[in-house]
Amino acid sequence: MAAVANRLGDSLRRLRAVALKEVRQLSRDRVTFGMIVGVPLMQIMLFGYAINFDVRNLATVVQDGANSSMSRELIAQLRATQVIDVRYTTDSAAELDALLREGRVSMAVVIPADFERRLQSDTRPVVQILVDGSQPSLSGVAAGIAQLPMLTRHGEGPYSGGKRMAPRRIEVRTLYNPEKRTAVQIVPALIGVILSMTMVLFTSGAIVRERERGNLELLIATPLSSLELMVGKLLPYIGIGLIQTTIILLVGSALFNVPVVGHLLDLYAAALLFIIASLGLGLFVSTLAQTQFQAFQLAFVSMLPSILLSGFMFPFEGMPKVVQWIAQVLPLTHFNVIIRGVMLRGAELPELWPQIGKLALFITVMLLIAVARFKKRLD
Amino acid sequence: MSGPVAAAQSTATSTAISARQLTRRFGAKVAVDHIDLDVPSGRIYGFLGPNGSGKSTTLRMLCGMLLPSEGQAEVFGLSIVKDAETIRRRLGYMPQKFSLWEDLTTDENLQFMADLYGLTGDVQRRIAQQRATYNLEGLRKQRAGTMSGGQKQRLALAACTLHEPELLLLDEPTSAVDPQSRRDFWDRLFQLADEGATILVSTHYMDEAERCHGLAILAEGRLVAEGSPRDLMAGVEADVYEIEGADGSEAPRLVKELPFVRGVTQLGLRLRVLVDRGQADAERQLRALLKQHDIDATLARTHASLEDVFVVATRNGSRGQ
Repeated sequence: MAAVANRLGDSLRRLRAVALKEVRQLSRDRVTFGMIVGVPLMQIMLFGYAINFDVRNLATVVQDGANSSMSRELIAQLRATQVIDVRYTTDSAAELDALLREGRVSMAVVIPADFERRLQSDTRPVVQILVDGSQPSLSGVAAGIAQLPMLTRHGEGPYSGGKRMAPRRIEVRTLYNPEKRTAVQIVPALIGVILSMTMVLFTSGAIVRERERGNLELLIATPLSSLELMVGKLLPYIGIGLIQTTIILLVGSALFNVPVVGHLLDLYAAALLFIIASLGLGLFVSTLAQTQFQAFQLAFVSMLPSILLSGFMFPFEGMPKVVQWIAQVLPLTHFNVIIRGVMLRGAELPELWPQIGKLALFITVMLLIAVARFKKRLD
Repeated sequence: MSGPVAAAQSTATSTAISARQLTRRFGAKVAVDHIDLDVPSGRIYGFLGPNGSGKSTTLRMLCGMLLPSEGQAEVFGLSIVKDAETIRRRLGYMPQKFSLWEDLTTDENLQFMADLYGLTGDVQRRIAQQRATYNLEGLRKQRAGTMSGGQKQRLALAACTLHEPELLLLDEPTSAVDPQSRRDFWDRLFQLADEGATILVSTHYMDEAERCHGLAILAEGRLVAEGSPRDLMAGVEADVYEIEGADGSEAPRLVKELPFVRGVTQLGLRLRVLVDRGQADAERQLRALLKQHDIDATLARTHASLEDVFVVATRNGSRGQ
């Protein structure tokens, strides 16, 4: 018993030494260290603002049937949000339809002739906003506009005698796309994209570096086992992955108002699972590459299908069956379902067990292959 | 278990390494070709051979990094295949290329190695001891990447002897250091051998090879000569002549054409001529040749050097194919 305990103690000591060395080296490699924080920041800005750019200055047509001081006030306030850019005004419903159909505008604001009367009554919507739903994320924007406290003056309470316009009274209709894909869906998926990018890239690079610089030759001659070496090298990256997840969540919440509807703990558990899956992939890549450069190339090659097929950018449902099968192999596909479920729909992990099971299967298979190949290399 | 290995086991106390028909192939290439080897304990044993002669591959097999394709070898009487884990704890290996971490400091590198080998007791004292022995005190906080070749080599030796290994495998340890560092390094090796360590060192420097207790000469994966440097020099199958004062003449080319001449080396103003042993009238024929071409030079017989041994042995190796 004492001998077993001793062996375990020695093993843990080696593990700790490898992990500590990795952190130390990482903290001295300024470029890599900067990337840990820089990659998530850069990507979330890129994707986040690219989407935001779409929802600013939307080409809009206005049909102002009332043409009163109050309706003009409403239009001025809508303009002030900078979300809409009024390119056309029209009196004809047919022209408005045409403009929308031809894609010359993505939004239409329709103010009925009896606008002021409707404002007084409580039943009917006062304004209608028509949205081109064929473009992702627009319906969310329109919904956002509808929530804005319109017809209020600077520094004052709500307009018209303290009566705030009830949100429901601006009616939003999403045309062409009843699913309402919103920008909010992109940021949760970004967690997966950023994690798979940095985890695969960093770990494969870190392991290949030992081989490239000749350190591995020395390590093999020591009592360090290949399992200890692998686990010790991967451990710090689990921590880094969780830090990156936190960065994305914070930035997503601060800049893009992305909510976390479900449990934070569920979210981190899912992220942890996905981090391990990505590390397994990184380990596998490291057994294929001879140089760090090759490892980076391979990591990028493994990234492309993940980004394109996982449902991050394009809806998964719209893909051909064969591509869907391929996508089933990618861990990011399943993670996207999990993370969107937890963050946006408030799903709990047990409800997402099919995806969790597939991720676990991926981890098992990938680690088995990687460990088998890693051992072979040591020979 | 076959005969030779069983016999080697009975003398395990005095034999650190014994290899029988040890072979390693990489695809079609035979890197190490059926080597038999016995390295006695507590000695410095040299591997002498040109690049690609199989020195590194043999060392890598002995420390369990590569599996033999054929044959077997034992270290401390343990199989290098089955007992690699046990052997690793008792040996130190220094690869040809500096293999510690260039972005870690002296202390960090030593501490890391101490952890890997599971050093117990007062680890810091042991590390301090190594720092003192290898003159690394002033380099404690310096990263290895910024060190000179000699400093790196001292650090590498300090790191691989930290756990006081019984066997040291050193792969061309002095290829990147200046002559003074080389001398200091060898002094240190003799101290380690005095303390009881067995040292197997590969080199392509003749002067280093000559300092070894025992020597194996490798050529194209084969062991072509083995023995103490003195015995090897005495037993060389060649006579050596020196021609002095023939510089600038056609002598080197002419001499080379004689059928019994094995090699001609120019050493400054002198020509060193290796002649098949037992060629009775070699001296007469050489003199006649010089006279015939009006070359006014002196000819004298001399002792074989280790380089002569090397030339003869490696020629035999390639001839034997």
